[in-house]
Amino acid sequence: MSTVFTFRIDGKDVAGSEGQTVMEVAEENGIDIPGLCHLEGIHDRGACRLCMVEIAGSPKLAAACVTKITEGMDVTAHSEKLQEYRRTVTEMLFVERNHVCAVCVANDHCELQDLAADLELTHFDLPLISPKLDIDASHRLFAIDHNRCILCLRCVRVCDEIEGAHTWDVMHRGLETRVQTDMGIPWGESTTCTSCGKCVQVCPTGALFEKGRAVASGSKHQRPFLPWLKTVEEERGR
Amino acid sequence: MTKPRVATVWLDGCSGCHMSLIDLDERLLDIFERADLVYGPLVDFKEFPKNVDVCLVEGAVSSEDDLHKIKLVRERTKTIIAFGDCAVTSNVPGMRNPIGVPPLLDRAYIENATINPQIPSRVVPKLLPTARPVHTVVHVDIFLPGCPPSADLIYNLLDDLLAGRVPDVTGARFGR
Repeated sequence: MSTVFTFRIDGKDVAGSEGQTVMEVAEENGIDIPGLCHLEGIHDRGACRLCMVEIAGSPKLAAACVTKITEGMDVTAHSEKLQEYRRTVTEMLFVERNHVCAVCVANDHCELQDLAADLELTHFDLPLISPKLDIDASHRLFAIDHNRCILCLRCVRVCDEIEGAHTWDVMHRGLETRVQTDMGIPWGESTTCTSCGKCVQVCPTGALFEKGRAVASGSKHQRPFLPWLKTVEEERGR
Repeated sequence: MTKPRVATVWLDGCSGCHMSLIDLDERLLDIFERADLVYGPLVDFKEFPKNVDVCLVEGAVSSEDDLHKIKLVRERTKTIIAFGDCAVTSNVPGMRNPIGVPPLLDRAYIENATINPQIPSRVVPKLLPTARPVHTVVHVDIFLPGCPPSADLIYNLLDDLLAGRVPDVTGARFGR
């Protein structure tokens, strides 16, 4: 039996098992910590920095999705300062690419758009970068619009960890970073892609979408299906 | 006592935000009981007047004409509201920004033209290098994102301003 740790999040007494993350325990206790790269069922990587929390006694902020709980820790998940950081992070995600909610397939069911609304982000003080980016629509069923990608890498992780195909990966660095299929060849020419569509389902924005869908008509499964798939895999002993 | 003077301006946008303003329906009577509409596409005044209290600005700043207008609006207005996503983020008009003006005009007026291909150079104002959010050109006092912002949001904002309250834009969001 694993050790139980008791600690506090936003002044509320909570408990979790050794090995759990702050994010997991917060979720179990109905405390909403925002995050765009975190998704139950795939490994966390602490990429989006939206789940940053303060831990008493530490001079640094910590990403709740990759911070393991410890006995007696005192976590602040919501404060004016943290909201301000989260607003800035969200703003950076918007200005780095070309997010045009009005004409996006994910309009009205986009995690980035929802987050901006939750944080009451009404405009961008940072300058728009407006990079020229590609759309790869070579796949028979799906397409990727790099204008809308926030590099959460859920697609990369779900393709590797759940589907086991590892079609998606990452190329280049910094502002030039792009997700890629099969060493940078067009998605439609990929020999590893099984066309399962899990990447499309987990994409938090409209970057990955089913072809033929109009503005605001993208569909994502509301029910989290990854934990279930993971359980099936474990039962099969894979 | 004179009524507060309200204006609206239509820059590079689709007029959808103005349509949403019209969607206030009978609440327009309430608003313009308490304020005068002194300029905008919904009324027939030719020049942007002086001493405007509140101006709703729809659209991005995309042409030399937009630039001239918004500077005049700023000079003559107390409170400028960036009205809708095009004014706030440059939105759809800003989708041309990564392309650049010469290839854009070539595509629209030369490559795709079947009759008399030529780039318009007279009467229509020259495009700026990029379509810009209003606040990157002049100071903006209030932001009301949305494509378009709902009539309820517009009403609440104008109602707050006319009643002298700090405007509440809770619920405003990009897109939709």
